[in-house]
Parts: sequence; structure tokens; C-alpha cells
Amino acid sequence: MTSPDSEIPMVQLLTLDGEFSAAREYAEYAELIRELREADFLKFYRDMARIRRFDNEATALQRQGQMGLWVPAVGQEAAQIGSGYGVGPNDHIFPSYREHGVAITHGVDLMSIVKMYRGANHGGWNPHETRFHLYAIVLGTQALHATGYAMGLNFEGRVGTGDPENDLAVITYFGDGATAEGDISEAFLFAATHNTPQVFFCQNNQWAISSPVGTQTKVPLYKRGEGFGVPGIRVDGNDVLACYAVTKKHMDDARGGKGPTLIEALTYRIGAHTTSDDPSKYRDSAEVEYWKARDPLIRFEKFLRNQGVGQDFFDEVEAAGDQLATEVREATFAMADPELEMMFDHVYSEPHPLIEEQKAWLQGYEESLGGHTPETPGDDSVSYGGTR
Amino acid sequence: MSNMVELSIAKAINAGIRKAMQENDKVLVFGEDVARLGGVFRVTEGLLDEFGEKRIFNSPIAESGIVGTAIGLAMRGFRPIAEIQFDGFIYPAFDQIVSQLAKLTNRSEGFLQMPVVIRVPYGGGIGAVEHHSESPEAYFAHTAGLRVISPSNANDAYWMIQQAIKSPDPVMFFEPKRRYWQKGQVDLDQAPIDMHSAVTLRAGSDVTIATYGPMVVTALQAAEIAAQEGINIEVIDIRSMSPIDFGHIAESVKKTGRLIVTHEAGTFVSISSEIAARIAELCFYYLEAPVIRVGGFDVPYPAAKLEELYLPDADRLMEAVDRVLAY
Repeated sequence: MTSPDSEIPMVQLLTLDGEFSAAREYAEYAELIRELREADFLKFYRDMARIRRFDNEATALQRQGQMGLWVPAVGQEAAQIGSGYGVGPNDHIFPSYREHGVAITHGVDLMSIVKMYRGANHGGWNPHETRFHLYAIVLGTQALHATGYAMGLNFEGRVGTGDPENDLAVITYFGDGATAEGDISEAFLFAATHNTPQVFFCQNNQWAISSPVGTQTKVPLYKRGEGFGVPGIRVDGNDVLACYAVTKKHMDDARGGKGPTLIEALTYRIGAHTTSDDPSKYRDSAEVEYWKARDPLIRFEKFLRNQGVGQDFFDEVEAAGDQLATEVREATFAMADPELEMMFDHVYSEPHPLIEEQKAWLQGYEESLGGHTPETPGDDSVSYGGTR
Repeated sequence: MSNMVELSIAKAINAGIRKAMQENDKVLVFGEDVARLGGVFRVTEGLLDEFGEKRIFNSPIAESGIVGTAIGLAMRGFRPIAEIQFDGFIYPAFDQIVSQLAKLTNRSEGFLQMPVVIRVPYGGGIGAVEHHSESPEAYFAHTAGLRVISPSNANDAYWMIQQAIKSPDPVMFFEPKRRYWQKGQVDLDQAPIDMHSAVTLRAGSDVTIATYGPMVVTALQAAEIAAQEGINIEVIDIRSMSPIDFGHIAESVKKTGRLIVTHEAGTFVSISSEIAARIAELCFYYLEAPVIRVGGFDVPYPAAKLEELYLPDADRLMEAVDRVLAY
């Protein structure tokens, strides 16, 4: 019921019962957890619960016609929150399109993600400010952007000086499906030959829409980079502490000039690929139940309770989740559709006569009809297949 | 006062890149074999010695990787010049060019600029094997977010490459490979005009020929032949395929009433299709004849022994001149 290669060793720091326990070979990762304080653990849980609640609310909003599409990340919260906090505050993140959890670790406004999936823009947050780059929908393309960015850090001497104010690294996120794309292989190659300060973070959620991971690979994914010169490690993707520690260690190493690493986080996509998907057509409910029992939030809650965290905290988190859901719902309903100019603005940085001409024409045409009034899409908005 | 030197188109591009690299240390050059060898056409020869391997370096033979990493470097604030070794090798990079490079400024609502230049030696006439003689410019002119230009002479080559490097938008820079060794006077001090303006290279009153890149020389040859027959041909080098300076072409057509558009690429859904359609709109009452397109045929670029039959030459242009004058 698990993936066929589930016997492969992986870094795990929390047992299924939430006990902190590290095998001897993972001592260096465990050491990074010992440096954390209770506030850090609470932050991890708070954000995992927050993104779970947000995710469920977004799915509901899509069902009510308030979004064109939603891409749930339910089940992947530990992989995303853990790794997101393992990234340094000034490092750059190149996500795919399901990294809502990583986004909140770098302060991205969740409404900007809603806006994109509502169909009001294509992303639109400022990657220079958030250091969390735009969602990439064509699989694997962002890995090359990350690698180019990391090459630039090398050229600028922002790697391996030992000065924490100076040194930077880059992380790119992608899924098991994307590993089949040539861009991922090319990114491994450029990263290895340029010894870039970079982590490749593969969330193996075991399904690429309806294709199980065996469709994409004959070897465990963490080994995919070896032939290019990018060493890999597998981590339990439902263990937030392991995801944090492994990401932090290899981002620190990258910043220190030790080159790129591939991290495979073994997790599971509990929900559908997108709101247009129907997983009951291609996978057993028993498999889903098996993974639901390995829910990363449940495991980390057990850990916190073992640490003596009381019910008050969990009540507070739940209340905060309800408040977030209400805010997201209200902000979504209040979100104005874009003006027509948005279609033409920023196609180029400098004016292009064809675009200017067409914009002026459409403005005049709409004016002749009484002016363009942005509308709010209703329940009849068209459903489409969306991303893979 | 002007500082004129004679250079081939290849050397002029080299000099233009060198100047841009001297002026701005964010300008990088990379691609297949561009460093020690100087590229298969030697366009980047000598740059490695002057600028070192952090500014010019060989990339793996992976075109998508070349363009994808150029995008990442641009995000970091660099101004990459990526070379695609031959026209027919650009397709592995098509997604990174069309879906990423061209769209990232729009996707980010202007937060990201993409000052990337992609240099592409293009066109036929050198007796090459398959995939080394193609003219893929229309694919890119069709793509919103890209700027597409091609110089036809050494002076333009020197200035247009520098203008492309300074552009905050991605520029597809198509280099007419069979004209690489064509020499011309280069004014090192004074840029002619902006890279998207068309220019009239020969004035005439009877027929306008609009073209770009490698076919400019051919059009001028045809005009010379026509002159001996008492036909005055106006030759326009459009220089830019996106945007196209339709106003300049229209002004000429309003005078001559007849337009021929020529390029090496096949004419079906091509740059000449677009010019014909636009000029029909802009000059409907001035046209004495339909716009005639003279291009390659709509077949895969043929084997070298057939390329003379494929490529438009001055005689094929004269045949078209006769046709437009028959109306």
C-alpha cells in the first residue's frame, strides 16, 4: 500500500507516536532540532494547522464558484512548513504551484494565491520582496530559473565566505511528476557543473494526477541527481522536524559552498490533484486511509502533547484557523475583478506599439458599449482541467 | 568627426558585445562553445581573454537549460546574452522562451524584467546539413513578450546588439549567418536609429520591396537590375519583426502603390503574411496591385544541393516585380 520502495532508509526524527528519536546516522540532523525552542515547535504546528484550514476553505470557495481552480496540499504540510523554515530568511525559493505552506513561511500573503487561482491574475506577488518566486505551472521550468539564480550568486561571490550576512542559497520545489521533465535533469547538470548553492526539494506525493510514481521513475527519486553529480537524501515528508533539519543542513551546506543537494520528501497527496480531479477513479480508498493515519499534523500534535503543550494551545490554534477562514472568505467575496488594462500592461517593460494599439482599441470599443465593468464570476464559471 | 571602421557583420557583433561587456559588468555571455573557441562562427572570439570565465563560459549542450538559467540570472540582476548555436537547435528551448522568458514580466505584473538577449545565427545559403539553415523568426514574432530583430549590415549589427542588451525586455537577435563575412562601414560613435525602426536603403518610385536580414542584399541586387530596365525600386530594411514599423512601410507604399515582401522563411503564416495584411488595411486606397510575397517554399529546408532553388534570389524578385507592375 505504500510505495514499492518504502523500505529505503530515510531521515525520520519523529516516530508515528510523536516521540523524538534519531538513528545514529542522523545525529547531525537531530542536533539541529536540539537547537530549537518551544516557540519554534509551536510556530511549526500553528502554520501547519493554518495552511490546512486555509486549504480546506479554498476548496470550499472553489466549490462555490469563487475560484476557477484550487490545488490542495493537504497531507504535505510537514514537508512544506518544515522545509520552508529550514530555508534562511534571505534565501530564494522557486516553487511549483502547490507550495502554499512554503509561501507562508516566507510571508507571502495567502490572498495573492487565492487571487491567482480565482483567475484574477497569473501570480503577481513581488518575488524580489518575498524571495518566494512565482508559481510555475509548466512542470520543472522553475528548477532552471533557480539554478540560473544560484549561478548568479556564485558569480557575485555570495557563497562560501562564512559571512552569514553575505552568503545565500536557493531552493526549488517540484513534485515526483516533474522529475520526468527534461528541465529537471538539465537543472541537475547545470547545478552540478557550476557547484551552485542550491537545494532541489522534491515532494514525492506519489501521484501525478492519476499516474503513480512508478510511471515517472524506475529508481528511487532521491537517486535521480547522482548521475549528474547531485547527491540525494530521502526524508520522511510527514515529519516536520526531519524536513526542517534536512533542509536546514543542506541549505547551510549550499550557502557554505558545498554545492547542490537533492532532497526527496516522501509524503502523500491526501486530496485530489486539483478541484477538477477525481482520485476515486484511479486509487484505492484503503491507500488513502493508510496515509491519513500518517497525517503530519496528528503526529506533530502527539509530539507537542508529549512535550507538555496543553489543550489551550490547540484551542487557540483552532480559533485562529476559524478566524483565518472567515477572513479569507470575506476577502475573496470582496475581491474585485481586474480592469481590462491589466491584460495589456506589463506584456513588455517598454511600450510596444501593437499592444498599445490593441489596448486603445478595446478601451474605445468598451467605451462605445457603455464602459467595461469588472464582474464577479458566479457559479457558472467554466471549470477546466488546470495544472498537472 | 565620426569614428568609422570597416568590419564584417560577425566582427561588428563581437565589437558590440565587447563594448556592452565593458560598460556593464552584469552582461554575461554563454552558450555552446562560445568561450575558448569563440563560437562556431567566431562571433565571441577573444572575449574570454578580456573578460574571464565568470563573464563568458561554455554551457552544457542543453538549450532549454541555457535559456532557463539565463532567466534565473536575469532574475538575479544579470543581463545574459545566450547563444543558440544554430537556428534549428532552438526548439528544445521553445518552452523556456515562449512560456517563461516571454511571459514572466506579465506574470509578475512588472515586478520582474527579463533583459535577456538570445542570439541565433539563422538562414541558409551556406551549404549546411539539415537543421542548420532555418528561419524560425515567425514563431517568436508571434509570441507576445518577445522583441525580434535582425541586422542586415555591419553598422546595424554593431548598434542593434548593444540596443538589444540594453533593452529591459527579452530580445531574439537573429544573425544572418550567410552574411557574417559581409563587410561594411561601422560608425563607432553614433547609433543610427532605434532597433525597431525600419530604414529605407534605396529610394524608388515604382515598387517597394520590404525585407530584413540576409535578404536585404538580395533586394538591393534586384533593385540594381530593375534600374537598368528603368524600374525604380524602393528597398526597405524593416530590421525588426516584433514590433514591425508598419508606418514606415505604409509611407513608402502610399508613394509606390506596389509592395513585395521577401524573406527566406516559407511565406505561409509568416512575417510577410502579417505585413501584407496590415498594408492592405493601412494602404487600401493606395494599392495598385496586391501585395506579393516572395519567400522560401513551405517545405522542410531542403538538402544543400537544392537550396539555390529554395532561396529567393534577385531573379525571383524580378519575376515578382513584373507581376506587380502588370496590374
